[in-house]
Amino acid sequence: MAIEKDTVQKVAHLSRIDLSEEELRRLSSQLAGIVDFIDKLKKINIENIVPTSHILPINNVLREDACGKSLDLEKTLKNAPQRKENFFGVPKVIE
Amino acid sequence: MYEAVIGLEVHVQLKTKAKVFCACSTEFGQEPNTQTCPVCLGFPGALPVLNFTALEYAVKVGLALNCSVQEFTKFDRKHYYYPDLPKNFQISQYDLPVAKEGYLDIEVGSGQKRIRIRRVHLEEDAGKLIHRDNISLVDYNRAGQPLLEIVSEPDIRSPQEAYEYLVDLKSIIQYLGVSDCDMEKGTLRCDANISIRHKGASVLGTKSELKNLNSFKAVKDSLEYEAQRQQGLAESGREIIQETRLWDEKSSRTLVMRSKEEAKDYRYFPEPDLPPFIISREKIAQIRQGIPELPKERRSRFQKEYGLSQYDSGILVSLKNNAEYAEERFRIWPDKNKKLVANWLIGPLTAIAAQRNQEIFQLEISPEDFLELIELVEKKQAISNLNGKAVLEEMAKTGKPPSVIIQEKNLSQISDAGSLEKDIDEVIAENASSVNDFKSGKTNALMFLVGQVMKKTKGKANPKVAQDILKRRLSGE
Amino acid sequence: MPTSDLNTKTVVQLRSSLVSGDIRCSDIITSLEEKARRTEAEVKAYVRFDGLKASIYAPQDDKPLSGIPVSVKDNICTEGENTECCSKVLAGFQPPYDATVIKKLREAGAVILGTKTNMDEFAFGSSTENSCFGPSHNPWDLDRVVGGSSGGSAAAVASDEAIIALGSDTGGSIRQPASFCGVVGLKPTYGRVSRYGLIAFASSLDQIGPITKDVGDCALCMNFISGRDPHDSTCAEIEVPDYTKSLGEDIKGVKAAIPKEYFVEGLDPQVKSILYEAINKLKGLGVDIASVSLPHTEYAVPVYYIIATAEASSNLSRFDGVQYGLRAEDKEQGAGNRLVSMYKKTRGEGFGDEAKRRVLLGTFSLSHGYYDAYYLRALKVRTLIKNDFGAVFGDYDCIITPTSPSVAFRIGEKSNDPLKMYLSDIYTISANLAGIPAISVPCGFTKEGLPVGLQILAKPFDESTLFKIAYAYEQSTPWHKMKAKI
Repeated sequence: MAIEKDTVQKVAHLSRIDLSEEELRRLSSQLAGIVDFIDKLKKINIENIVPTSHILPINNVLREDACGKSLDLEKTLKNAPQRKENFFGVPKVIE
Repeated sequence: MYEAVIGLEVHVQLKTKAKVFCACSTEFGQEPNTQTCPVCLGFPGALPVLNFTALEYAVKVGLALNCSVQEFTKFDRKHYYYPDLPKNFQISQYDLPVAKEGYLDIEVGSGQKRIRIRRVHLEEDAGKLIHRDNISLVDYNRAGQPLLEIVSEPDIRSPQEAYEYLVDLKSIIQYLGVSDCDMEKGTLRCDANISIRHKGASVLGTKSELKNLNSFKAVKDSLEYEAQRQQGLAESGREIIQETRLWDEKSSRTLVMRSKEEAKDYRYFPEPDLPPFIISREKIAQIRQGIPELPKERRSRFQKEYGLSQYDSGILVSLKNNAEYAEERFRIWPDKNKKLVANWLIGPLTAIAAQRNQEIFQLEISPEDFLELIELVEKKQAISNLNGKAVLEEMAKTGKPPSVIIQEKNLSQISDAGSLEKDIDEVIAENASSVNDFKSGKTNALMFLVGQVMKKTKGKANPKVAQDILKRRLSGE
Repeated sequence: MPTSDLNTKTVVQLRSSLVSGDIRCSDIITSLEEKARRTEAEVKAYVRFDGLKASIYAPQDDKPLSGIPVSVKDNICTEGENTECCSKVLAGFQPPYDATVIKKLREAGAVILGTKTNMDEFAFGSSTENSCFGPSHNPWDLDRVVGGSSGGSAAAVASDEAIIALGSDTGGSIRQPASFCGVVGLKPTYGRVSRYGLIAFASSLDQIGPITKDVGDCALCMNFISGRDPHDSTCAEIEVPDYTKSLGEDIKGVKAAIPKEYFVEGLDPQVKSILYEAINKLKGLGVDIASVSLPHTEYAVPVYYIIATAEASSNLSRFDGVQYGLRAEDKEQGAGNRLVSMYKKTRGEGFGDEAKRRVLLGTFSLSHGYYDAYYLRALKVRTLIKNDFGAVFGDYDCIITPTSPSVAFRIGEKSNDPLKMYLSDIYTISANLAGIPAISVPCGFTKEGLPVGLQILAKPFDESTLFKIAYAYEQSTPWHKMKAKI
């Protein structure tokens, strides 16, 4: 399956990345090549094969319900591009 | 004839000490961004580790809602961009929720009705946004608090049923002790899906999703409005559009939030940072053991054990603490039938609590004092019913025992005929016209005269004794 | 011990001099800094180099790694020090916490260098050319790449600007640069070393590991960074043996498998013959060698690029200009959704080309309508690849392959052809997919004087076997003693 330019555009919106016209053209053609390549997988019979999403055969890793120390407020906000009072500021959200 | 088809999506914040994937406290109302750490802020490099109690609570709710609890459960990432979501994905559950396929039986006019529950899953809450003029502010204290999503099947057929479902669901979850279910604090949130169709039709209509429902009443009102609105569209032959609508409390209307929004594509995939969870049959059985008596069972027990009506028991059990408060009093009341006690709990005591914006269990009146008062009023007739209520109010205020209050306020009921003679003489003398009315056959006048005696004795006269004396005096000599 | 060449020594050598009191920690730092000041302009192993920013240390401390400076890749969090993944989008980011490996190393007495090593942006790449700070240069030939993505760490160790370094390996990012730079690099078993504080690329594949001058240092370092971490659910609760005990153990009778799929077209003939010499050497040391098949090898690269990019697209969605790093906004505050445009502009400007490619590819393979055909299918083929290894490890103790099909290529040679670049990971990717440990050790030089690496793979949590074989090989060959002339 080849990946089309408008698919790339849609995916770019989903992943919130601005692309210039030039980037869109270039990335579309590169991605088309990569998708062609990974389409190689379609050759394999995967019937009855269980997917591996965790490679380690472990489960039930849990923590006790106990409180620890939270971060110091100044450390929390230290990297904030926009700090307003003790909040992170963002451009006004429009519903 | 149209009928509404309603499904509810309820989010309940679990009352764990720490957040679901980190050790930050879940305490409500703290300074913004002070209950955060690299994990719940989604800082680069931080990783989640699941809170054991959160998982256990989720299983508990699943069992209480008659779900099949899954032995194998896992978490998935749900992606969408929003500033209150620190990682721009939410750790949630997609295809293998903790529990699924349960039900909740609600009371409807004609009896019981079963509302099926599709799934119960565990996820992390998002932070809070505060909107100012030209900026939005983010507080991540709530981010990472454990949240349970309970999704019903579209089995609900009226706004009233939706209301009953919520009341019962809340009651059950509170009984389990896993959440406060306080809509004001946001520990219970509800979204509703509603469509309409011709009664008896099997296909589903186009639905709207209702948001911003801040109380059970808002859920009911918005559904009523929305059912009407959709019906109006259908009857006039206009199209119903699939959309998300906001309930506007002020205008009592639903307003379009977004229509024809960009197709949601959450790109779910298994959370690689959390290996799966296997909940053994033994563990499930053990959690089941820990489930307390639930409201419905307790209600039938109250009926059977204490001789109460279904209605009375229903009121008493809906809040777990109230039910326990009531039961503590039933136990030491000497009679087998507890109707008298229930009346005082549901009547005067509930009224007093309501005035103070409290629940009855929050009133500091000892069981002994409370029952002593009932005995004084109902059995010994030492004070009148009216004064009994006044004494109860005083008890709630001061915590003093009833006998002390009665003495202090000199409220003992006068049942001794001799002591009442003088007052009755005066009443007869002062109300000649009523006396004549009675004598000419207007029996109502007697009650008026009794009232006058009560007034004169400041409510202390035993009305029954006063009535007997008056009757004798007016008809005999 | 003369203090001028301390930078060329191993941890083991330095520790004995520190313990005897011949040298102090500050001597080592000085020696490293002097060397770095001479060669950094050419090698560019570190980012924003202006001294090494050694953390406060207690020279008298008597802990096992006291006084040993450790260089750290730019994607491992060090509290209060820039940790930027060599990406514009994380410009100026200073984590409020230490990664677990950093904490463990500090507890063992190590001195963490605040100046981070160069890497491909978010570890996306095999050459360190995708760094927002520009490429590192191979100490063996400055016109060539150092490999990647942990290229800065490998170059720093190879040029003696570091004693040891930490890297991260998602598809070969420790082993391939170690091979290109002629040093030792280990990717531990998935779950052996905590990932807490490693800025995630692909969570189900990432592991932190050491890059060192010899096998002994590698084993020693693993003793301190391995083991269960309550902050990482995927970090196994399996006892950590003393890896240094494997050094010097006899390897006679060890059963090694040579997968035939790794010695086919695309393998540089010089690399191939050097590999065969190395295999003969091992035979001479008593290792039983047999040829085997890993039939799904050809699918490893496509499987990897689906899984790794899908996870990366998710992991990188947090870089949005809200809490840290770059924020880009439109100057004119016109109509429209300013929040969405802030997201898009921040990520459009903050991510480099390769990051964009991978995020887009990953988002694509997870998106509606493609999930089953791409992501889910890749997870299933991953199972087949894992099973291939399981079958071989039923009969063999280890697998031996080249680390990379080629030696270090020229800077710029592959940067315009992402697919060609992806194929340079062909021998390293499978270990990440299967979650098994793998080490790269120097095994010779081409006639152009470029190092070649030998890769050894073992069963999950059997790093000891890797150290045993790698050490025996290293001790019977001169390669680890060769120094780049820089």
